[in-house]
Amino acid sequence: MTARPFTLRNPTPMPGWGLSFGIMVTMLSVIVLVPMGVLLWRGFVGFGAGGMWEVVNRPRVWSALELSFRAALIASLFNLVFGVILAWVLVRYRFPGKRLIDAAVDLPFALPTAVAGIALTAIYAPNGVFGSVIQDTFGIRVAYTELGIWIALIFVGLPFVVRTVQPVIEEIDRETEEASATLGASRLRTVTHVVLPMLAPAALTGFALALARSVGEYGSVIFIAGNLPNVTEIAPLLIVIRLEEFDYDGAVAIAIAMLTISFALLLAINLIQIWSRRRMGAV
Amino acid sequence: MTDTLTIPSRPRAFRPATTEPTVVKGALIALCLAVLTVLLFAPLIAVFEEALRRGWAFALASLSEPDAQSAIWLTLTVAAIVVPLNAAFGIAAAWAITKFDWRGKAWVFTLIDLPFSVSPVVAGLLFVLMFGANSALGAWLVASGFPIVFAVPGIVLATLFITFPFVARELIPVMLEQGRAEEEAALTLGASGWRTFFTVTLPNIRWALLYGVLLCNARAMGEFGAVAVVSGKIRGQTTTMPLMIEMFYNEYLSVAAFTMAGVLALLAFVTLTLKTALEWRYADQLAATHRH
Repeated sequence: MTARPFTLRNPTPMPGWGLSFGIMVTMLSVIVLVPMGVLLWRGFVGFGAGGMWEVVNRPRVWSALELSFRAALIASLFNLVFGVILAWVLVRYRFPGKRLIDAAVDLPFALPTAVAGIALTAIYAPNGVFGSVIQDTFGIRVAYTELGIWIALIFVGLPFVVRTVQPVIEEIDRETEEASATLGASRLRTVTHVVLPMLAPAALTGFALALARSVGEYGSVIFIAGNLPNVTEIAPLLIVIRLEEFDYDGAVAIAIAMLTISFALLLAINLIQIWSRRRMGAV
Repeated sequence: MTDTLTIPSRPRAFRPATTEPTVVKGALIALCLAVLTVLLFAPLIAVFEEALRRGWAFALASLSEPDAQSAIWLTLTVAAIVVPLNAAFGIAAAWAITKFDWRGKAWVFTLIDLPFSVSPVVAGLLFVLMFGANSALGAWLVASGFPIVFAVPGIVLATLFITFPFVARELIPVMLEQGRAEEEAALTLGASGWRTFFTVTLPNIRWALLYGVLLCNARAMGEFGAVAVVSGKIRGQTTTMPLMIEMFYNEYLSVAAFTMAGVLALLAFVTLTLKTALEWRYADQLAATHRH
């Protein structure tokens, strides 16, 4: 006899099943499930798939969605590569101030996004410390362009890959690397063929987390982006604009489009991860 | 020409096969420091520099304005409501998931994590749709004098959504690792359920709980997008500290904006310091991913 879902499998002396399960289900429903359900109901039943497609299939909405996902992918790819390097440096090398750096990596988790937004704008604006230097030497503007959005999203997603990869590097058995060296592999070859494949699943987890976070990021981006329609207007901002116009259906349609693309991307990353785990023959 | 045997003045330093050449090491460390300086440290310095541009007195005066004061109070109030509720949820969820066998755990686990993949703006939108004046429920609530959207309850709900997974995610791995044996022993010895929880479970999970609460609090006080959507940004009433920063900034009150940002940055320092202290001292009692 198979157990029905959400009921106890075995009798247990452990107390508090009803209370803990009750609190969990009630809060999960009130805070997450019912509101998400209302959004989907409002979109698919109230407004209809056709109506939503009409809202989304306009140049301004498309370019906002495209910008949000492109910038998030670019920033997360940067964080994927840099995060693995930083995790490696923090675990394997010794240098003064290392523990301080290690603690500082989590700053983007602790610093409110609005603070990050105005601070990054202050230094990357055309009259800012870095902004003016970059403009004078390369003739590139950072703030109020897509480049500024990349910087804000790199900031926001910075800790994810470092924190998922770090524990894995700590647990790597040095003997594996020694074996590779004994068999004549150069250090570079050992790193690319032995070490990096071991880090891949964790790095991908961090990449997915960073991507999910940066796609929807709003607070840090709006200050530095310039928010020019069709150019530097991100999708979350467009939702806010629709709400301010009391165009709830428009906001719902863009929100559902964002959620759909995000979940498709996260699913794809999950599949790559399963594939890379299987390839490694790990558990 | 005679053959001379050239002896290197110093033998080449021995390098183990499992390390990189010193040049590579140096380059990688330099790269990391450079990127972190440009991305993390410089903005942080900029906050305090901009705030103190016209001196301490001017900066502190901007904080004592009534609007700024009410923003600080609102942020503290919201955090004081959200964090305990979130902790209660986290403990209940971790207890139900780790102490009992039931089908559907994996699903619930995924659902708890769901808010991490939802944009804060969409989170705000959810509660505007549910309780906004455009919905039947919202109109009735406004009419009966208990508005949720553009009022404090809406800010609390949106912040709860955003911080939803924080405590549960810290507790579940720790409690899974600890198993049930200690609680079962306490129960066998005749302890009541609550006594078992307070004298056996809670001491085992307290540092992990504090860790989750710390992260939850940082996010609750700093949340911008979700709160911006539901709050209506009524000055002096529904404007939290992050929203006040935006208002000051858009009004070109740069010192006021950066001073308030500086207060939140100091809070971030406190959070990071406590978090790091927990990771160093109580590593064995935290989820495995925080032990480094």
